[in-house]
Amino acid sequence: MLSKRLLQMLAALLAFALVAAACGDSSSDTTAGTTATTVDSGGGGTDVPEDFKVGLILVGPGNDRGYSQAHLEGAEYAVEQLGLSADDDLIVLEFANTTDTPGLSLPGTARDMVDLGADMIIFNSDDMRDGAFEAAEQLPEVPMVWASGDSAWVDGKDYQANLTNLSNVWGQMIFGKMIAGCAAALETETGDLAYLGPLTNDETRRLVNSAYLGAQYCWENFRDGNPADLGFEVTYIGFWFEIPGVTLDPVLVTNAFIDGGADVTLSGIDANVALIRSGQRADAGENVKAVPYDFIGACDEAPDICLGVPYFNWGPAYLEAAQAVIDGSFSNTWTWFEPDWSDINDPDTSVVGFFQGNGLSADNAASLDTFIAGLADGSIELYTGPLNWQDGSEFLAAGEVATDFQIWYSEQCLEGVAGACSVNVFG
Amino acid sequence: MTWTRLSNVLLPATVVFVSVVTLLLLAGTNPWDPLRVIVEGSIGWPPFEEGSARKVGDTFMLWVPIALASAGLIVTFNAGMWNIGIEGQIIMGAIAAAWVAREVSAPRPLLVFLTILAGAVGGMLWGLLVGLLRTAGGVNEIFGGLGLDFVALSLTTYLIIGPWARSGVASTSGTDPFPDEALLPSLANSKLSLLAVGITVLALVGVWILFRGTLYGLRLKAVGRNRPSSFLLGIPTNRYLLGAFMICGALAGIAGTSQATGFHFKLIPAISGGFGFLAILVVLLARFRPIWVVPISFFFAMVAVGSPGLSLRLDLHGSLGGVLQGVLVLSAMLGLGWAAYLARRRLIAGGTSST
Repeated sequence: MLSKRLLQMLAALLAFALVAAACGDSSSDTTAGTTATTVDSGGGGTDVPEDFKVGLILVGPGNDRGYSQAHLEGAEYAVEQLGLSADDDLIVLEFANTTDTPGLSLPGTARDMVDLGADMIIFNSDDMRDGAFEAAEQLPEVPMVWASGDSAWVDGKDYQANLTNLSNVWGQMIFGKMIAGCAAALETETGDLAYLGPLTNDETRRLVNSAYLGAQYCWENFRDGNPADLGFEVTYIGFWFEIPGVTLDPVLVTNAFIDGGADVTLSGIDANVALIRSGQRADAGENVKAVPYDFIGACDEAPDICLGVPYFNWGPAYLEAAQAVIDGSFSNTWTWFEPDWSDINDPDTSVVGFFQGNGLSADNAASLDTFIAGLADGSIELYTGPLNWQDGSEFLAAGEVATDFQIWYSEQCLEGVAGACSVNVFG
Repeated sequence: MTWTRLSNVLLPATVVFVSVVTLLLLAGTNPWDPLRVIVEGSIGWPPFEEGSARKVGDTFMLWVPIALASAGLIVTFNAGMWNIGIEGQIIMGAIAAAWVAREVSAPRPLLVFLTILAGAVGGMLWGLLVGLLRTAGGVNEIFGGLGLDFVALSLTTYLIIGPWARSGVASTSGTDPFPDEALLPSLANSKLSLLAVGITVLALVGVWILFRGTLYGLRLKAVGRNRPSSFLLGIPTNRYLLGAFMICGALAGIAGTSQATGFHFKLIPAISGGFGFLAILVVLLARFRPIWVVPISFFFAMVAVGSPGLSLRLDLHGSLGGVLQGVLVLSAMLGLGWAAYLARRRLIAGGTSST
């Protein structure tokens, strides 16, 4: 009995020794640090350290044709604009969420990235708030960008004065969603629109409200519709993407929308489910269309029924942050990037854009352009009172124009939006 | 005879080695690199080097729930029960601990004690429910346990986006972080809680003693081997089965507490981390022996903590760690089964030649 145990212990030791031997022969890829060697950025003329690296932590997969892919391509753009290589100088971690990666530690990941040479870290999700704060606190010398949040907004509700190395970047997607809502209202035949929401918070309510306002405006002004005749329903699934057994199934929610009479579904979640499912229903002969979200290439999944996509173009935002890190001017700032109204689809300047899809008729595309021009020149200001919250209380008095603060912290959906938008979805 | 014993170890090890190396070659990587990255990402290299406190802390704090759940499962396995419901027991422990952490104000030592106690009670009651369904309702513990796993998960989700939602947010990303007073005390710059590790060691030793030196353990084993005979010999089998589920549930509940107050610092839907199911594999690999649970569960904790490094350092998909884990378990089971089969054949051959 004793000899058997001895043999087993020896075998275990042998296995450990084999692993240990394997570990001992290489550590070359973990070296870190910057050197004085520089290359021309090719863009702004900034001298870029040759071994400058960016760490990017993605909540989902980099090929989701949605939110995470938009961030990945934005970071690749930034790195390449600096004259660096996206393959070598961009360190990426995908699936940074506790469901896919139970052992995940965001501060630990940030530290690993720094060990690998990262000079700045980007967190790409609202879900990473606690981890980003922890990382920023533990690595105060490392510039970090959180693509979400208001921790660096001095006037914001969640201002973190001590996190001087953590900036927030975000795009004014309210305009993208207004355009999306307008496109939906222009194309609907049933007069029923649906919005596939992720989780309920200020940001997602803000986007639902913006889509609703855009839809109402175009319904009234381009289709001479009665405001009361336009249905706009939202269902939140509970998270940014489906977690089986935890969130609602976005496929089933999309089905329910269509079965309930909605012929255009706008997506607010990270994955491209609404468009794909609507495409399948359209292939089966139903007259349905969809507006995806986040990623410029999202329409490719079902181009014929895609009205267009409001998308984030993170490249310019990340490039600006990286250049600030390089030239030493990085500080904790909160930046809510407005679209470049001279061309909202300019990849070098506009953080928010709208790609028009094949599902939009030529006439409606022209109407949409008129709407976009109105937003650009300020003649269309949708966050103008009178507007009420969903519970009937006043949001904006007649003629009152909402401030950034009021729009950012959208505590309810607007009156006219059907569906539960409150925090406690169980009432 | 020596060769037989040696083959019992070498055969499974060889099968594991060949399977893992093949998998990694198929993944297009040098087989050693992923192992190196996992070791480096979980305990540092050289192991436990200065500066690796954070990694080591994370690894130990994942070792705790896996090992605790494994300790509990040894009890139910010995009682002849497949306690698939252990995931739910971990979750209910975490929920109970979260309730105390959120609702009770007390000095830290007392609050920490109460969270652990609540976790144990939460898990124990959920385990008892599986046992009652089995003994009083005639519901197979696999189905009953699995059903209760889903109930527990749904309850967590409900709490997180319902009554325990963050201010202004209804997201399944989790509750607000617990107050510091409710968190397991940890070492500086690390999540490592010596209290959690100590409890885990005690649990493993306790389970070892239970089956090596107590009448209760002996009777529990008897119930597991042959319930009708045990009953005829006067052992109250149902009571023993319920006891096994309660012990397992309590240990799983403490595992959930550790996850909530020692690793994530809040309640999240994936609070169990799948470690209950993983612990089933650990126990099977350890052949129900607590001593072997220690290194095997530590290895799995290393894989969980070190796997993100596969993507960062080798540009491999992070899920390769999970695939590696699955292949390792399956091939180990295959190897063990093969070794047992060959041993039986040798035994039969030996018996035949001696007659």
